[in-house]
Amino acid sequence: MFAVAAIGVGVGMTLAMVRALLGPTLYDRVLALNTFGTKTVLLIAVLGFLDGRPEFLDLALVYALINFIGTIAVLKYFEFGDLGRASPTRTGGRT
Amino acid sequence: MGWLDVLSWISILAGLFFILVGSIGLIRFPDVYTRLHAAGMTDTMGAGLVLIGLSFQAGLTLITVRLLMIWAFLLFTSPIATHALARAALHGKVEPIQVDLAGGDP
Repeated sequence: MFAVAAIGVGVGMTLAMVRALLGPTLYDRVLALNTFGTKTVLLIAVLGFLDGRPEFLDLALVYALINFIGTIAVLKYFEFGDLGRASPTRTGGRT
Repeated sequence: MGWLDVLSWISILAGLFFILVGSIGLIRFPDVYTRLHAAGMTDTMGAGLVLIGLSFQAGLTLITVRLLMIWAFLLFTSPIATHALARAALHGKVEPIQVDLAGGDP
């Protein structure tokens, strides 16, 4: 059962990676990588059950966190061109 | 093969169906805003059903608690990431495809 689940998730990951390589715009690639990361979380969980070691679920949880932070960071960088700049309203802005 | 195994099989297979449909949509849809829909399908239904199927295998243990934590986390972060991506694409001057419903040439 778990082998079937792992193979299915692997096929989905392959299709997402095809879109990440094809994608005409930057946002297609970011979207495909976000989906790829979600499927990687599922694959880690399924492989933990397949191996009889469900401790892998901790790794899946950490991977989900890192995937979300990475996606938001890449999007913020390409939207504003900067990661750490404070907003003008908070720093005063008129001096 | 007890009834929990049967429930687990059904959930995992339904989740795999949603994952594969979402991936095919990610390949075939025309622009980035429609592809967001396919990716959201994978994140909510696909991941949720696969994790629920795995938790039927684990029983009432801490493993199920971890699976539910992963599921809740995906449930919160997937709409945030989708919204951020749509906003970034709109600010990045990616025009959505417009279809003329009156029958003229698009």
